Amino acid sequence: MNFFNIIDLLAEADPDVLDRFSSRRAVFSSLGTVAQRAALATSPLFLGALFQKAYAGTASLPTDILNYALTLELLEADFYRQFLAAGQIPAGAATDAITVIKTHEDVHVDYLHKAVIAAGGTPVTGSATAGIRFNPSLLPATYADQLKYAQVLEDTGVRAYKGRAAELIGTDLLTPVLQIHSIEARHAAHIRTMRGQQPWVSLGDDLAADASYKAAYTSGVASSTKTVMALGGTTYGIPSYNPARPSPPESNLQQGAAGTKPAVLITTGIGSITYTADDAAAAFDEPLQAAEVLDSSRAGGLLA
Amino acid sequence: MSDTLRPTDSQSLQQGQPLLARIKRRSFFMYAGATAGATALALAGCSKDETTPSSSTSGNVSFGTGDASVLNYAYALEQLEAAFYAKVAALTTSPLQPAEVPYFAKMALHEAIHRDFLRTAINRDFSGNIIPDLTPKFDSIDFTKRVKAATDTKLGILDAAKAFEDLGVAAYNGAAKLFKSAVYLGIAGQIVSVEARHAAYVRDLITPGSFATNEGTDVLGFDRQMTPAAVLTVAQAFVEQTLNGSTIGQ
Repeated sequence: MNFFNIIDLLAEADPDVLDRFSSRRAVFSSLGTVAQRAALATSPLFLGALFQKAYAGTASLPTDILNYALTLELLEADFYRQFLAAGQIPAGAATDAITVIKTHEDVHVDYLHKAVIAAGGTPVTGSATAGIRFNPSLLPATYADQLKYAQVLEDTGVRAYKGRAAELIGTDLLTPVLQIHSIEARHAAHIRTMRGQQPWVSLGDDLAADASYKAAYTSGVASSTKTVMALGGTTYGIPSYNPARPSPPESNLQQGAAGTKPAVLITTGIGSITYTADDAAAAFDEPLQAAEVLDSSRAGGLLA
Repeated sequence: MSDTLRPTDSQSLQQGQPLLARIKRRSFFMYAGATAGATALALAGCSKDETTPSSSTSGNVSFGTGDASVLNYAYALEQLEAAFYAKVAALTTSPLQPAEVPYFAKMALHEAIHRDFLRTAINRDFSGNIIPDLTPKFDSIDFTKRVKAATDTKLGILDAAKAFEDLGVAAYNGAAKLFKSAVYLGIAGQIVSVEARHAAYVRDLITPGSFATNEGTDVLGFDRQMTPAAVLTVAQAFVEQTLNGSTIGQ
């Protein structure tokens, strides 16, 4: 009797089944040795309890995750539209770079829009005058300040995709979403370079110390616990926010917690070499939960 | 444990239990709440071989199976990157421009952190399954050149850095779907975006504004993704040992 065969069978009915279990590794870890687990696995009571636990708080549907990503891409695309239209960007390399990034965001919007439809959902929409768009009253007057919003939007986008990837395990959407994720990181690096900042997250980042922008780099905080977003002409679900487990700040120095195994302290815990806090923080980007990203202190506050 | 928590291919499902292989999502939720149904599921679970990590022999590196193999794959690439940047950082006379030297020193430390972290995580979670230290082979890189000239046969430092970073991004993007555990997928996601930042920075040094430019068959707005086999074909040129990645993710 091997109850992992059951899991294999279930994977066909529910592609997310593996994620449900792996994200609840503590269930397995708490059971002791392999022999004990095998013995327990013969018990119907055990299986029933295990599956109930795995399916408690069932994850978002792919259309929910895609609409969430589409929300952020529509926001970015509209921001870059306004950024270019404001006419403050120096001609040449700067305008070329912002134009390239805008084009990428438009491609992402188009891809996600079609993906929502293909998955059987209703895509959120936005335009220059309605739906999901960057609040025009927030666009600063100067090029330098406009670039700050670009950096915040890109760095937040990187955190946002990271925060949802695990929910796409076992789906064909995981790879293309990650291909978008790392392009956003390239955008962020370039805009940071345009601003004279390091291309990667650094403890010395100017915006991380700026009250107007630093929420993009802090640990996750969300003031709302709502799980249904009514945006852009439709509604979609997001995971309920757990205030007891906010996402780490970008200055986080501990990585790799797995089940009952604690995180590793990067500065002194991974070998004979001691690393600085700045390098330890820069070497890993941090995720954000959907509720944290859509909070009014972050991207949610930039929506019109 | 997580090594066995994986979907089999459709063929083996068909050979297994045709009745339960057709289980529908709706009926599964019934099982989730009904212990009587769980009995039927328990009876359906018949024998299936556990996966055994491959062992490596001298000169031949095998990555094993399951999540350990995907982590080993990442660890191999990070070993290469870290060794490359360490060599650049140790140059007494660098062909890099003065402003580039401190950023390359930073990237050397980021990659060393990735390498050391992955080694720590693999030893913690998959004790005994880690690949050995790789011996880098950088004879195709001219460390006296910042960028190769059109007539040069060897890569300059920036050319090699771009190649390693773009390859790393494509490798993480392509391997993500091989992870069974959300924990390791999350870690890979935290690393890959830093590699993408490195890649964008290095690309801009070679050609300003090329941070996310399409090359070859790249799709506009989407970063590259490559299979382990394709990545290791490229990486093999920079490693003395023979890399055998045929079981990665299995």
